[in-house]
Amino acid sequence: MDLRAPLGRVRGLGSAKSGTHHFWVQRVTAIALIPLSLWFIYAVLSLVGADHATVSSWLQSPINAVLMILLLLATFHHLQLGLQVVIEDYIHGEGTKIASLMIMKGGSLVLAVAGTFAVLKVAFGG
Amino acid sequence: MNNGDRPLSPHLQIYAWQWTMALSILHRATGTGLAAGTLLMVWWLLALADGAASFDTVQTVIGSVVGRLCLFGWTWALFYHFCNGIRHLFWDVGMGFDLDTARNSGYFVVAASIGLTGLTWIVGYMAMGAI
Repeated sequence: MDLRAPLGRVRGLGSAKSGTHHFWVQRVTAIALIPLSLWFIYAVLSLVGADHATVSSWLQSPINAVLMILLLLATFHHLQLGLQVVIEDYIHGEGTKIASLMIMKGGSLVLAVAGTFAVLKVAFGG
Repeated sequence: MNNGDRPLSPHLQIYAWQWTMALSILHRATGTGLAAGTLLMVWWLLALADGAASFDTVQTVIGSVVGRLCLFGWTWALFYHFCNGIRHLFWDVGMGFDLDTARNSGYFVVAASIGLTGLTWIVGYMAMGAI
C-alpha cells in the first residue's frame, strides 16, 4: 500500500525533501575517487624524498595540476556528504546539529578552496 | 499521548558482534579519519605554494616517527575505505547480498587493504633507497 499522494510519488523527494540526490552524488564522487586516489598514491610514491623544487615542477605539469584539483574537489565533496550523515546520526540536538553541519560544510569548502588555490599558485609559477 | 514508557528498539550494545557489522563501522571510522587527514594534505599543498622553508617544515613533520605512523594509518584507512567502498558499490547495484558472499567479500577487503598498504610502504621505502 502506498500512502503517498500522486504528486508526492511523482516528485519522489521523500520525507527528507531531497530525494536520492545525496545518495547519488555520494556514489558519483566515490566512483570519481577510484582512479583519482590511485593516481594520488602513485604520485606520492613517485615524490618520496623529493625536495621543494622537484615537487613544484611536478605540480606545474598541467596534467598533475588538473588531476590534483579534481582530486581535491571530489574528495571534499565526498567528505562533506559522508560527514553530514555522521553528524545527522550522532548529534541529536537540533541547534547543535545545524551548527555542526555549518562548521563542517564551511570548513570543507575552505579547505577545498585553499588547496585549489595552492595548486594554482604553484602551477602558474608562484 | 504517553510517550515516556514506550518500548525502545534495541540499541547497538545488545547485539553480538559480527564481522560484517564491525567492517561497516570501520568504513565510517576510516572515512572520518581520512577527513582529518585532508588537513595534512591541504597543509602540504599550502606549504608547497608558500616556498621551500615551509615545505621543508611539513616534510620534516611528515618524515618524523609520529608523522610516519600517522601516514601509515592513513594509508591503511585509505585502502580500506577504497576497497570497502567498491564493495558498497556492488551492493548498490544489488550484487553480493547473500550472507556467504557478504562475509567473504569482507574478508577479501580486509586482506586487500592490508596487502596494498604493505605494498605501498615497501615501494615507498624502495624509492627512498632504504631497502
